[in-house]
Amino acid sequence: MTDGSNPNDADERVLARSRFREALIRPELGGIAGIILVFIFFLLTARDSGMFGPAGVMNWSIVSAQFAIIAVGACLLMIAGEFDLSVGSMIGFAGISIAILSVHLGWPMWMAIIATFIICVALGGVNGWLVIKTGLPSFIVTLAFLYILRGLTIFAAIATTRKTIIGGVREQAEGDWLASLFGGKVLTGVFQWMGDAGWIETFSRGTREGQPVVDGIPMLIVWAIALVIFGHFLLTRTKFGNWIFASGGDAQSARYTGVPVNRVKILMFMFTAFCATVFATCQVMEFGSAGADRGLLKEFEAIISVVIGGALLTGGYGSVIGAALGALIFGVVQQGLFFAGVESSLFRVFLGVILLLAVILNTYIRRMITGEK
Amino acid sequence: MSTPLVEMKNIEKHFGSVIALAGVSLEVHPGECHCLLGDNGAGKSTFIKTMSGVHKPTKGEIYFEGQPMNFERPRDAINAGIATVYQDLAMIPLMSVSRNFFMGNEPTKRIGPVTVFDHEQANDVTMAEMKKMGINLRGPDQAVGTLSGGERQTVAIARAVYFGAKVLILDEPTSALGVRQTSNVLATVDRVRKKGIAVVFITHNVRHAMAVGDRFTVLNRGKTLGTAKRGEITPDELQDLMAGGQELATLEGSLGGTV
Ligand SMILES: Nc1ncnc2c1ncn2[C@@H]1O[C@H](COP(=O)(O)OP(=O)(O)O)[C@@H](O)[C@H]1O
Ligand SMILES: [Mg+2]
Repeated sequence: MTDGSNPNDADERVLARSRFREALIRPELGGIAGIILVFIFFLLTARDSGMFGPAGVMNWSIVSAQFAIIAVGACLLMIAGEFDLSVGSMIGFAGISIAILSVHLGWPMWMAIIATFIICVALGGVNGWLVIKTGLPSFIVTLAFLYILRGLTIFAAIATTRKTIIGGVREQAEGDWLASLFGGKVLTGVFQWMGDAGWIETFSRGTREGQPVVDGIPMLIVWAIALVIFGHFLLTRTKFGNWIFASGGDAQSARYTGVPVNRVKILMFMFTAFCATVFATCQVMEFGSAGADRGLLKEFEAIISVVIGGALLTGGYGSVIGAALGALIFGVVQQGLFFAGVESSLFRVFLGVILLLAVILNTYIRRMITGEK
Repeated sequence: MSTPLVEMKNIEKHFGSVIALAGVSLEVHPGECHCLLGDNGAGKSTFIKTMSGVHKPTKGEIYFEGQPMNFERPRDAINAGIATVYQDLAMIPLMSVSRNFFMGNEPTKRIGPVTVFDHEQANDVTMAEMKKMGINLRGPDQAVGTLSGGERQTVAIARAVYFGAKVLILDEPTSALGVRQTSNVLATVDRVRKKGIAVVFITHNVRHAMAVGDRFTVLNRGKTLGTAKRGEITPDELQDLMAGGQELATLEGSLGGTV
C-alpha cells in the first residue's frame, strides 16, 4: 500500500467547502428562498388589500393548509421513490363516499367517515401492491387509478342520487363527534377574547355583530400542522424514516441490507390515500356537500408543492418541512394574486415558472451532494 | 487445518438450459482471504450468490461452521454472518454516511412512548469506525455521494464488519477503481482479515489478488481449475489459468494435490 496517501489530504479537501455552501445544501433551500420572495412581493403590492389582516391571513392559511395536507403524503411517497397521480380522484371519491353513506344510506356520520377512511386507505394499498407486484412505474399504475376512481365516483353518485353533487352533509354531521374533528374550529374562546379586547376586528353589523372576523382556527389547519409534524418526525427521527430514504434512494441496495422496501412503499401509498381522505373530509364538512368532480388536478398541485420543497422526482431525497413551505408559497400566491387584483389566470403561469425554477435548483443541489457533474 | 467457516461442495447452478456452475468447490477459513478469479462470465457472481442466499444451488452442499446450510433469502445469510458487498450496490449516494452505515440496522432509543432513531449513537459509531478505516469524514451527515468509489467500498466493508460478519464476500470491489482507491480497498481487506474474518475476494485482476490473497481459486466456464496457496503459484501462472486453462497441464505440478 505505497500510494503515498495521507489521510489529512482528504481532510483538507473536504474542509475546503465553505460554510455558506454547506448551509445551502439542504432540501428546504428553494422553499425558504421562495417564501421570502413571495412575502416581499405581496407586502409591496398588496399590503393595503387586507391580505395581512386577520381575515386575509386566515384566508391564505386555509388554502395553504389544504395544499399542505396532500403534500405531506405526496412528499413521503416521492422520497420513497413513487408517485400517486390518483390523489385528486381519491379526494372526489372519498367525499362522495362519505355523502352516500351518510346522506343516502343514513349511516351516522362517524361511521361514514371511518368506513370511507378504511376504503380509501385500502385502495391506496391496492395502488402500492399493484406497483410492487407488476414492477410497472407508479406513474402508469396510478394514472390508471386516476381514471378508474374518478369514473367510479361519478357513476356511484349518479346511480344512487342521480346527481353529481350530494348536499345535506352538514345537517347530517350536526353534533357528530368525529365530524367536528374535521369541520370544527379550535381556540374559538381565545379569538372571541381577542375580539372583545379589540386586538382583532369584530363584525359591526348583521347577525354576527360583536363576533371577531376570525373566530377560531379551522380543524383543516390543525390537521395540516399535525400531519406536517408527524411526517417530518417520521422521516427524520425514526428508523422507518431511514427506510423511506433508502427505499427511494436505491431499492436494490436497500433490499440487500434487509430494508423491507415493498412494505415501506405500500405503506406510503396508504398514507398518501389517508392524507387525501383527510383533505376530502375537511372539504365535505366545510362545504356541507360532496361533489364527484372535486379534487381535480390536486395530485399535480401536491407534487409541485413537494418539488418546490426540494424533493427529487427520482426519490431518495426531500423534506416534509420543504413540502409544507411549498404549500405555503402556493396558498399565499394563489390568494395573494386575488388580493392584489391580478388576473387569476396568471396563477397558472406562476405555477409553471416556479416549478421549472424549483426543478433546476434541485438538480443543482443534487449535483452538489453527490459530486456528479 | 481447522474446520472451514464455509465449505461449498460441488455447487451446480443451472438457469434453464444455461449451466452457470458445473460443480464448484471452495472453502474459506477464518482470517484468510480467498481470492476467486475468473474471466467475465466465468460464474463468479453466480457462485457467491449461492453463498449469500440470493440463488439456491441446483445441486451441491453448503456447510457453514460445519453445519449444512440452506439459505432461503439474503437475510438468512446475513443473519448467519455472511455479508456481501456488491460493487455498485453498496451505498445510497444521496444519504449520509451515518444513515447508510446503519441502513436496515438503525439504533433506536425511547423518548417517552415513542421509539426514535438514535442519531447521536449512529453518528458517533460512524465517525469512530470510519476513522479506524482511515477515512476522515467532514461529518457523519456527509453524503455518501461525495465519497470516492474506494471510500464507498470501504464504508460498506466497515459496515459489514461492525455488524458482526464472519464471512465477507466482496464482488469485484476494485474493478471500477483507480490505483490509489484500489490500494485503499486492498488495505481494508487486509485489516479485516487480520481481525479473523474470512474474506472471499472476487476479482479478475491477478495483481489485486496477489496483493492480499492467501489462496486462489480460478473459475472458468463454471468449473474450478484448481485452488492454489500463496507461494505455490506465480502471477503469470494465475494469469494463464484465467485465460482459459490451456496451460493446465504444465501447471499441475505447481497446483499440488489441491486440484
Ligand atoms: N439469473 C440468470 N439467468 C440466466 N443466466 C444467468 C443468470 N445469472 C448469470 N447467468 C449466466 O451465468 C454465467 C455466469 O455469470 P456470472 O456469474 O455473472 O459471471 P461472472 O461474475 O464470473 O462474470 C453467464 O453466462 C451468465 O449469462
Ligand atoms: Mg460478476
